Amino acid sequence: MIKNSLIALVLASFVFMFFHLYMSYEPKTELSGIAAHYAEKGAAEVGAANLVTAVVVTYRGFDTIGEVTILFLTASIISFFLKLSKEDEDKVIVHRGTSELLITASQILIPIIFLFGAYVFMNGHLTPGGGFQGGAIIASGVVLSILANPNREINHNVIIWVESISGVLFVILGILGIFLAGGFLDNRFISLGEFGDLFSAGAIPIIYSLIGLKVGAEISNILDKYQKSQKES
Amino acid sequence: MNNEYIFIVLAIGIGLLAIVMAIIAILNKKLSIAVIAAGVVSLFASILFLLMAAPDVAMTEAAIGSGLSTLIFFYVLNKINKYND
Repeated sequence: MIKNSLIALVLASFVFMFFHLYMSYEPKTELSGIAAHYAEKGAAEVGAANLVTAVVVTYRGFDTIGEVTILFLTASIISFFLKLSKEDEDKVIVHRGTSELLITASQILIPIIFLFGAYVFMNGHLTPGGGFQGGAIIASGVVLSILANPNREINHNVIIWVESISGVLFVILGILGIFLAGGFLDNRFISLGEFGDLFSAGAIPIIYSLIGLKVGAEISNILDKYQKSQKES
Repeated sequence: MNNEYIFIVLAIGIGLLAIVMAIIAILNKKLSIAVIAAGVVSLFASILFLLMAAPDVAMTEAAIGSGLSTLIFFYVLNKINKYND
């Protein structure tokens, strides 16, 4: 009884707090502080047509390194826990058979999905989307190929090398920014080019493509591990 | 003005559908239906993000929320069913 009344008391105080916050909320009519700086000077300073990308890769690039690291840790931990024993490794997945429709459609769609993923992260500085979205789209292409052929072996060497090299190059490009431009992950050591071109905004397209490859490789690795874990019986 | 009105009605309709799907996901006894309903919630959420002019978030939600996580749920479900047999 005391427990329930305490829970009710906590809930009531939450209601009071949030009601107060809600009543005192006023929508802002203009940008304030750092947001105004990004919106007004972002295009001139960074040269990216997509302001979200300018913030994610350049102004808040350090956060992006953290996010990529978290994804890497997640992939490593999943690989660690879903490790198969020696005798399970040689088994094949028993499944009900994939339909003709799925196999035919996957042959046509997988190249298009990969191409679209690459398009999304290469044009991250011009159109909505970027490394994370493009990587996820590439991983969904890998999903389709796994669904069409459940016993497909994914080449781990390719995943490991793509993932490691793009991660290392991302940090190297960031450090180059310290020496050749204003600071860590500054994109201006490559010329900014003409605003709105594919080869513009300095290092942003390169960095975002590397992030896209890294994210795609990591999520593909996670999916491959889940797929392999179906072998155990 | 008229355009704005249609936009609001559309947003509220999609939001209500998402809530209905979320309730189905919680209450349905069959796990596979619950997983699909959770994926549909993500799909409606991504449409809402698109209507609110956040295409970046919408792409992430559609690819990860309704695509990859639904698939991972199905892998885990398959595994649980194998153990239960």
